[in-house]
Amino acid sequence: MSPSDEPAIVTRGLTKRFSSGQVAVDGIDLHVPAGAVYGFLGPNGSGKTTTIRMLLGLVRPTAGEVSVLGAPMPAAAHRVLGPVGALVEGPAFQPYLTGRENLVRMDACDPSADPATRDARLDRALGRVGLGAAAGKRYRQYSLGMKQRLGLAGALLRPRRLLVLDEPTNGLDPQGTREVRHLVRELAGEGTTVLVSSHLLAEIDQVCTHLGIMSAGRLVLQGERASLAEHRTVRVRATVRPHQVQAATSVLTGLGLEQVGVEGDEVVALLGTVDPAAVSAALVHAGLDLLGLQVLAPTLEQVFVELTGEGFDVAR
Amino acid sequence: MSPADTTPVGTAPDSATPGNATPHATAPVLAAPAVDGPATTERWEPRRGSFGRLVRAELRLVLGRRRNQVLVAGLGLVPLLLGLVLFFTQHSELGTQGPGFIAQATQNGLFLVIASLFLCLPFLLPLTIAIGSGDAVAGEASAGTLRYLLLLPVDRTRLLAAKAVGALTFAAVAVLAIATVGLIAGGVLFGLRDVVLLSGTTVPLADGLLRVAGVVAYIGMSLTGLVAVGLFFSTLTEVPVAAMAATVVVSVVSAVLDSLGALSAIHPYLLTHHWFDFAELLRLQVDWGTIGAGVWVQAAWVIVFGAAAWARFTQADITS
Ligand SMILES: Nc1ncnc2c1ncn2[C@@H]1O[C@H](COP(=O)(O)OP(=O)(O)OP(=O)(O)O)[C@@H](O)[C@H]1O
Ligand SMILES: [Mg+2]
Repeated sequence: MSPSDEPAIVTRGLTKRFSSGQVAVDGIDLHVPAGAVYGFLGPNGSGKTTTIRMLLGLVRPTAGEVSVLGAPMPAAAHRVLGPVGALVEGPAFQPYLTGRENLVRMDACDPSADPATRDARLDRALGRVGLGAAAGKRYRQYSLGMKQRLGLAGALLRPRRLLVLDEPTNGLDPQGTREVRHLVRELAGEGTTVLVSSHLLAEIDQVCTHLGIMSAGRLVLQGERASLAEHRTVRVRATVRPHQVQAATSVLTGLGLEQVGVEGDEVVALLGTVDPAAVSAALVHAGLDLLGLQVLAPTLEQVFVELTGEGFDVAR
Repeated sequence: MSPADTTPVGTAPDSATPGNATPHATAPVLAAPAVDGPATTERWEPRRGSFGRLVRAELRLVLGRRRNQVLVAGLGLVPLLLGLVLFFTQHSELGTQGPGFIAQATQNGLFLVIASLFLCLPFLLPLTIAIGSGDAVAGEASAGTLRYLLLLPVDRTRLLAAKAVGALTFAAVAVLAIATVGLIAGGVLFGLRDVVLLSGTTVPLADGLLRVAGVVAYIGMSLTGLVAVGLFFSTLTEVPVAAMAATVVVSVVSAVLDSLGALSAIHPYLLTHHWFDFAELLRLQVDWGTIGAGVWVQAAWVIVFGAAAWARFTQADITS
């Protein structure tokens, strides 16, 4: 297998039980193809950050295997992590150094970084996250969004094959959020695989090609963004004349659709794998006046809530 | 059936990819940039001198930190204040009371170095060292920077070694600050003369300077065990103050145990037992056996706690 078709991240039965007894991650099989933008979703406390820490060799799995860029983690951490950029649970820098001094320190500690190209790389990374003007300020005086941007700049100091971004838009203003999305697209276009975790669904929805959804330590759904949207709760809504509602209901039921219900003058049902064209044909064939037919793809938020539950309280 | 079952892992990868609107593009085409992209032409092996750069970055951090500079400056004030007090009370009681070193300082400024170190050794120096070494790893953990260092990736053993160099350097700077200010203040206030040893013999100033340098080196060496203890505690917690406090407690408890006659059997192995044996260097005939015992005990503490710190740090889950 050439490095290019090898998945960027694969885990098998990945499990973490903390010494407190808490099972934060419970036997997940992650699959992040090379070149993907993988949206890693889940409510608070569902185990996203713990999973990311295991992927990056910071935390030792209790059970299971991790392979990142084709090498086992955490055993190969020192070999693998060079071309991996990461933002884990928010940025962290020395408060009493300026943003730029912090990046200089990071680069000096990076065993494979070339000191000769340091300044150019720093300027480019700071420019990319829009922090050029504030680079001379002490980190302590940074706003939340500026800190987040500096964290991103740190992840972009070197060219990366894989970027792991845990809540990268946390604390960013709308412009900042858009820029991050743009940045992710741009990096993905250059061939970088991106794993981005978030609970802000709209953000992820717009950039990712693949999705994984965590709930209470388990990976409840994973696959391509497009196929997930299809296979879940696509609904069809047919509008007919008021006296035809009953007839329409039986036609849809006859077609094998599930959860057929009436909403005013409209009949709604779960489309499943049925072709919408077949639905309209059947309705017309039954002699009904079909005034409108809508196919309702679920928003990512609907999928998410459906899978992880409505409740606001964290699961554990 | 759980939803995960309906979507097998890795179904038809890559049919949708950013920057490429064609839904049926094949994997090799999409992955092409990853092969030729900048990340693959980059060198990822450690460069020569990378450990040196790591250590320099660490030293810059430790020595450039305002808190540490204030601590060192505070230690430097001790000989200055002591010298001034002695200068203005030369013939008062203070000059004749207290240990011999302090009384001698008024006769010969060289002894101000010894007297100051003697005063700082029981508490101020251990406190300073506990702050420096207890902060080494725990400080990075509490700031969250530890995870980013490890992700660079800095090898854990190398990082611990760099932290040890930083903490040891800080300890050395603390001792040297006292010695340097003591020498200058002593010279200015009392003058530097030939040295009267504890045994009563007088040796030339050059010999005396050499012996005082030996005392400074011995005291610095005596503190290495405490640095190792601090480093170990620093790997146990994400709360730097806890590591610092635990380190101070170790030095205090050691001194207390050392003063309990009933425990004389364990005294030779205590961290602080040989700390004041530096006086041996001020005798005409130095008993190198005593000095050697002090060195061995520190070496043992360094090895035991250094190994414990290493074992802990290389295995620890970094959850900060
Ligand atoms: N060091 C730890 N010791 C014990 N339990 C922990 C530890 N770290 C995390 N946990 C627990 O593991 C579970 C998962 O936490 P994790 O931080 O991975 O969630 P998350 O999905 O990243 O949440 P969020 O969206 O809030 O960031 C939580 O129940 C948490 O309490
Ligand atoms: Mg998290």
